[in-house]
Amino acid sequence: MKRELPRWDEMEQGFVTRTLTEMVNKTGTWRTFKPVINHSRCTKCRWCIIYCPEPCIHMEVSGSDEKIMIDYDFCKGCGICAEECPVKCIDMVEE
Amino acid sequence: MKTVEPILLSGNLAAAYAIKQLDVDVVAAYPITPQTTIIEKISEYVADGELDANFMLVESEHSAISSCLSAASAGARVFTSTSSQGLLLMHEILFITSALRLPVVMAVANRSVSAPINIWCDHGDIMPQRDVGWIQLFAESAQEAYDKLIQAYRISEDPRVRLPVMVNADGIILSHTYEPVFPLEDSEVASFAPWKLYPLRLDPENPLTMGAFGYPEYYFETRYQSAKALEDSIGIISEVDEKFGEISGRKYGAVSPFRCEDADVILISMGSISETIRATVRKLREKGEKVGMMSLKLFRPFPFKEMMGLVKDAKAVGVVDRALSPGAIVGPVFNDITSALYLSKMSVPCVNFFTGLGGRDVRMADVRDMFEKLKEVAKTGVAKEHRFYVGLRG
Repeated sequence: MKRELPRWDEMEQGFVTRTLTEMVNKTGTWRTFKPVINHSRCTKCRWCIIYCPEPCIHMEVSGSDEKIMIDYDFCKGCGICAEECPVKCIDMVEE
Repeated sequence: MKTVEPILLSGNLAAAYAIKQLDVDVVAAYPITPQTTIIEKISEYVADGELDANFMLVESEHSAISSCLSAASAGARVFTSTSSQGLLLMHEILFITSALRLPVVMAVANRSVSAPINIWCDHGDIMPQRDVGWIQLFAESAQEAYDKLIQAYRISEDPRVRLPVMVNADGIILSHTYEPVFPLEDSEVASFAPWKLYPLRLDPENPLTMGAFGYPEYYFETRYQSAKALEDSIGIISEVDEKFGEISGRKYGAVSPFRCEDADVILISMGSISETIRATVRKLREKGEKVGMMSLKLFRPFPFKEMMGLVKDAKAVGVVDRALSPGAIVGPVFNDITSALYLSKMSVPCVNFFTGLGGRDVRMADVRDMFEKLKEVAKTGVAKEHRFYVGLRG
């Protein structure tokens, strides 16, 4: 995830931040390695959701279909999910 | 121009008088010689009801500048003043003030730094503040300190600038010497530097955070933004100086040259020492010597473009530094000037004079010695030595 960041002259004077900035400032830019889930091997045990310190891993449900998803806008690439995954289906991929 | 009656004021009292006319809202300060009489007088104005301000006598200079920063971020017009160790104690907050783009104005009565303890003038306190991102103006007289403070608020609060400003006046020499000062009318000051509420401020109705955590993706741009504002402020500083000239008949320029036009040798200086050098140039010119001088009135942003045209025909240039820069090959002012010369592809030989430290008197005889050295360099076209410690024993 490489977002378009503001130029120096597009930023407000004096590094002003407003309320609800957690929705705007995507801290996922800190990441060097990105966790990628291999869904064919994932058992949907939810262990990664519990361990993620952010937390930015969630279960996406559509109908009877469930899928573990990572929110890359906030994932910092700490690698805890990959380390803790009991079936080792998460790879850390350099961005 | 109408006639104005002068008032007898010291540099410090002239500064306090300006602050009263500028109708500041918050003054936070801690006493330190030679600045003390500025805030002493302001506290009198407040106590007597002549100035409607919140006067905060805080427990240190660190708190003084922090209080000013906070009050400015809420939209107040603020003032503080310090010297020497006090300025050093403010150091870390100075960077924050400029990066947050807060219009804080401070008067500095320049004084040496310890050790040994010494309350007299030199530029040892201001040189460590070179990179804090503040606009730094230098006065040569009490009149100029008064004028520059009024200019400072207009510059600082200009939406194109929004940077803190320091007005430097040499401690003791200017701070405590009385001279006739021609003030402006209160109404003239009010219309020249009117206070305006800035939209980006701490306001419960429209909440925002200043100076929060800046990720690596934002830090560089934020610091560049304030550095660029400082660089670009040079045009606005001269515009304000120009406008001030229209109402007062006094304008100073970023550099103030004297007899440079056909001079073989030029001496560049900053602060009250320039008065002595100007007087010496006048004397030497009477004898037909082709000498000139230039007083640097604006140190940050550094007015190199304004300066280069003036020295282009000189055969030797001398720079007076009233502070040491231990371990560096030259003094701080010399450093800037020679960098500017190099980048302008000018190869005039330059000599650095260190003098006037800790209040040591610099007399016309000392200035004549400096000009003699410069004339030798001009004759040969080479500076064999580039540093001279004028008046140092041994």
